[in-house]
Amino acid sequence: MATVAECSKELHVLAVDDSYVDRKLIERLLQISSCKVTAVESGTRALQYLGLDGEQSNVGFDALKVNLIITDYTMPGMTGYELLKKIKESSVFREVPVVIMSSEDVLTQIDSCLEEGAEEYIVKPVKLSDVKRLKDHIMRGEPQANGKSGLLKRKLIDDIQASSVPLSFSSSVACDLESSQLPSSLSSPNCPFKRPKLL
Amino acid sequence: MERNQQLRRQLASMRQSLFDQGHLDEQFILLEELQDDANPNFVEEVVTLHYRDSARLITTIERALEKSPLDFNKLDGYMHQFKGSSTSIGAKKVKAESTQFREYCEAGNGEGCLKTFQLLKRDYATLRRKLEAYFQVLLCMG
Repeated sequence: MATVAECSKELHVLAVDDSYVDRKLIERLLQISSCKVTAVESGTRALQYLGLDGEQSNVGFDALKVNLIITDYTMPGMTGYELLKKIKESSVFREVPVVIMSSEDVLTQIDSCLEEGAEEYIVKPVKLSDVKRLKDHIMRGEPQANGKSGLLKRKLIDDIQASSVPLSFSSSVACDLESSQLPSSLSSPNCPFKRPKLL
Repeated sequence: MERNQQLRRQLASMRQSLFDQGHLDEQFILLEELQDDANPNFVEEVVTLHYRDSARLITTIERALEKSPLDFNKLDGYMHQFKGSSTSIGAKKVKAESTQFREYCEAGNGEGCLKTFQLLKRDYATLRRKLEAYFQVLLCMG
């Protein structure tokens, strides 16, 4: 099944952040990267937009075309983590990659987001290079490799913890890893991730 | 023509001093790089939004610091937001002071919080004044 990203040239991104500044910034970064952006100020608004708020509202046609959701972690009300979980629980949107942004580079926080199915965790401030890399990643249809990249990041985190060197987890660390370094077979039912396999 | 050259020099010098004096870091330059002919006022727009975020937070923090006993969790939460906004525009000094404030919150050190907050307010006001002057000159250049 071809992903929406493969079919259309333009990525539609839903950006979620309670900060005016960061919302404007991520909008601009995405615009420069030729993405269509819908920016909202809270997890609740994001769920409303996606039609996941439990109301009888129908999900908008535009919302169905969302290829990527990028959300701040720390927000009043619903956190980015809680939003991530709700998205992954949805049969309509669970395949949409979700990226978490945060000013905190706390390993346990990063770990729990990745375990819950986040595509990536980017430490703020988000740079143009982060967005460009993310876009390439999504456009290559790499959501199919969700399980693999998640496992690789998990391994990276385990390695970091094992070496017990306090590490400022830079956004470039996990993402510069080549796909050739990915474990070859991850179809094992013992895969620790709850993410369903894509067909 | 000469006036423009003068303004250009003044602008360059104002900008440089903001960096030299440690008020701004490379994040500000990254913002400048996001500006183009279609979005010529991007930096000023972002900075204006920052003032909106931060002015509100400063008032909130000020009120919270008047309470007794201090709610360090709340204070930390507000400062986290303030720090985020400052980081995004490259406000180097206030970012460092925000971090310091949060460390005092974690340690439950009320006096440390108060002292740091005074420094932060002072540096925030200075940066704001300098940036407003900078954008005014920029505007004059048309």
